[in-house]
Amino acid sequence: MEPLSWFDIITRVLIQFTPVWIALVILFSVSVVYKRRLGLYGKLFDSTIGMVGFALVMFWVFTGIFGAFDLIVTHDPLAQVSSMKNKPPGTPILGAEDGQYPYYLFGGDNLARDVFSRMVKGAWVVVQIAPLATLFAFMVGITLGLPAGYYGGKLDTFLSFLANLILAFPVILLFYLLVTPEIVDTGIPNYMAMVLFIFPIIFVAVLLNSRYRTQPKVRTPMLIIVLGVMGWLYLSLVSQPGTAITVLPDGVDLFNLQGGILVVFVSVVFVNSPTVFRIVRGLAMDIKTRDYVAAAQTRGERPWYIMLWEILPNARGPLIVDFCLRIGYTTILLGTLGFFGLGLPPESPDWGTTINDGRRLLQIYLHPAIVPAFALLSMVLGLNLLADGLREESLRD
Amino acid sequence: MALFLLRRIGTMLLTALCLTFIVFWLTNLSPNLEKLAKNQGNVRMTDEQVASFLQDRGYSQPLPLKYAQWLGVAPGWVIEGRDGTTRSRCNGVLEDGTIPEDGRSFCGVLQGDWGQSTVFQDNVGSIIATRLGLTGKLMFWVMMVMVPGALIIGVLAGMREGSRTDRSLSTVSIITTATPEYVSGVVFIAVFASTAFGLRWFNGSATSAMEDATFENFTLPVITIALYGMGYIARMTRASMAEVMTAQYIRTARLKGVSFPNIVMKHALRNALIAPFTVIMLQFPWLLNGVVIVETLFNYKGFGWTLVQAAGNNDIELLLGVSVVSVFVVLVTQLISDIGYVYLNPRISVS
Repeated sequence: MEPLSWFDIITRVLIQFTPVWIALVILFSVSVVYKRRLGLYGKLFDSTIGMVGFALVMFWVFTGIFGAFDLIVTHDPLAQVSSMKNKPPGTPILGAEDGQYPYYLFGGDNLARDVFSRMVKGAWVVVQIAPLATLFAFMVGITLGLPAGYYGGKLDTFLSFLANLILAFPVILLFYLLVTPEIVDTGIPNYMAMVLFIFPIIFVAVLLNSRYRTQPKVRTPMLIIVLGVMGWLYLSLVSQPGTAITVLPDGVDLFNLQGGILVVFVSVVFVNSPTVFRIVRGLAMDIKTRDYVAAAQTRGERPWYIMLWEILPNARGPLIVDFCLRIGYTTILLGTLGFFGLGLPPESPDWGTTINDGRRLLQIYLHPAIVPAFALLSMVLGLNLLADGLREESLRD
Repeated sequence: MALFLLRRIGTMLLTALCLTFIVFWLTNLSPNLEKLAKNQGNVRMTDEQVASFLQDRGYSQPLPLKYAQWLGVAPGWVIEGRDGTTRSRCNGVLEDGTIPEDGRSFCGVLQGDWGQSTVFQDNVGSIIATRLGLTGKLMFWVMMVMVPGALIIGVLAGMREGSRTDRSLSTVSIITTATPEYVSGVVFIAVFASTAFGLRWFNGSATSAMEDATFENFTLPVITIALYGMGYIARMTRASMAEVMTAQYIRTARLKGVSFPNIVMKHALRNALIAPFTVIMLQFPWLLNGVVIVETLFNYKGFGWTLVQAAGNNDIELLLGVSVVSVFVVLVTQLISDIGYVYLNPRISVS
């Protein structure tokens, strides 16, 4: 068989992405039709930049999700076809079996794996970790930043000192110190996970309690159910067989994160949360001087009610924008970890690791490194554009 | 002002102490020490041999004591080993079991004694000095490219907010902030230095730039680092410039009939550059990240490359030295940015 021309490659890649296109079209048409009823999200569709950014982000999100169901990928991302080592894009597979996709659309890497499928699978790693890690970092930052900004004083001095301590650490040094196998063996990342992951529970508990404190009949059952479920999830997340913390027995443990993901997750949350803390603290210090806060204080509301139900909703604009930017930053951090071969297993298809693999032969074979590089670039660019569009739209009212 | 400075420096020293202690603790955890013993001695040592190896070399002392010795505020250890030789921290192997007349009892970072690197078989202080010099050269050129470039882009974009120049320059800066060094570096090598693409304008490796930096071998690493920071500073400059341009005194100047270039150069620029100044100073810690990535990618054996080597090879003393230096760089730039902010902006008072 002849190698594919560039035109053929592009057509075949576009066809391969069919489920993503369908999903994108559905999402966009529904959103545009109902955009007046969708609040800030709907307003996003008034700004071109925001729409382009959202499209790029959702493209990778759908790619990740469908890729996880083996819809888009052409080959197993770990399968090696020995004749395909370092072959350029569009090379046909010699003696392809029935049912096997006959081409490596974006060529093969130096271990003769399909670059295209690895890129698609790599999107899943990012889509799984980055938003969730950012969300956790926000929970930590909000839970600590609100009281620091609201009360001020000694608490603020202490927490700000801690935050500055972490911020003064060069990120790469921190990663090298936390993610090396020797340190992982001592269980330090697991203990850190234990501390960091408790913050979402505290956050939700305080949030609900401060709202429904006056209605014990609603509050008590609600808190019991929510905290029970979250506590179970927390214990399943934290307890890992074979590490320092094995709290739950096998049958009760809901899920275990595979190979090093927990460690990567913890270090990314750890690095991000002090910055979120500083932003939330600044916003809280600004907003606590407003009249509606004074009104709530005069009404006799408790401090936590004021923080979570008066200050936090009014700080949502900057926080949402920063959330988008921070997901992009987290994606870059994940790539950095992969680039230095830290944390994730070496055969992992995530973009940082693939760029690192590909760069060794970069001067001769471009495609194994360029493809994930552009994937990462477009995703982060999409998030930045989305943040820009959101900022513009939220400033408008 | 003096009190403010004193407070800031005090906090800075406390932060530095805490951070170095954390690094010291993490590098001196028992698995790391065990690995060190097996590297230095014998891979097939038994646990007992490892323990005695570590004890003879002062590694089994309590952590705070070790830290104090490393810092140079406690006298270095002198231990008579189980193999009969007496070793000391400051004076090596002692023949007769006592510290010689001219020997020192304190030797730590404060005395300028940074220990011995196991990877490079050299004094940590001199390794860091040479590597830092190389990175300094790189950083100098990065700054020369990044700061003027970012300020020009920012001022041009912020001068007339919403214009076509503004739109296109802002898009460029968003793209550069979305391109981490390992992506732009890979793309640059692919386009400008690979045989596959054909344009061979620059070198894909900067190893030769360590002795003799030329346009060919130094452009790509410098541009790669500069680009990532550039977009961010440019956006800050743009925002601050746009804000200044709407101020009352600019309108007064326009109504008086001052020409537009004159307004920008004489009235707006100074006030618009206060915010970017802090941002530029706070970019240093971030640049350190970029330096590590770029030096690894382009094989330029500077400070960042040394960090990777030290961390990857469990070279405890070198890693500690590298962390001390990088933590201090970060803290000092924070201090400078605080002082500079107060100094540049008379509206902020310290008390």
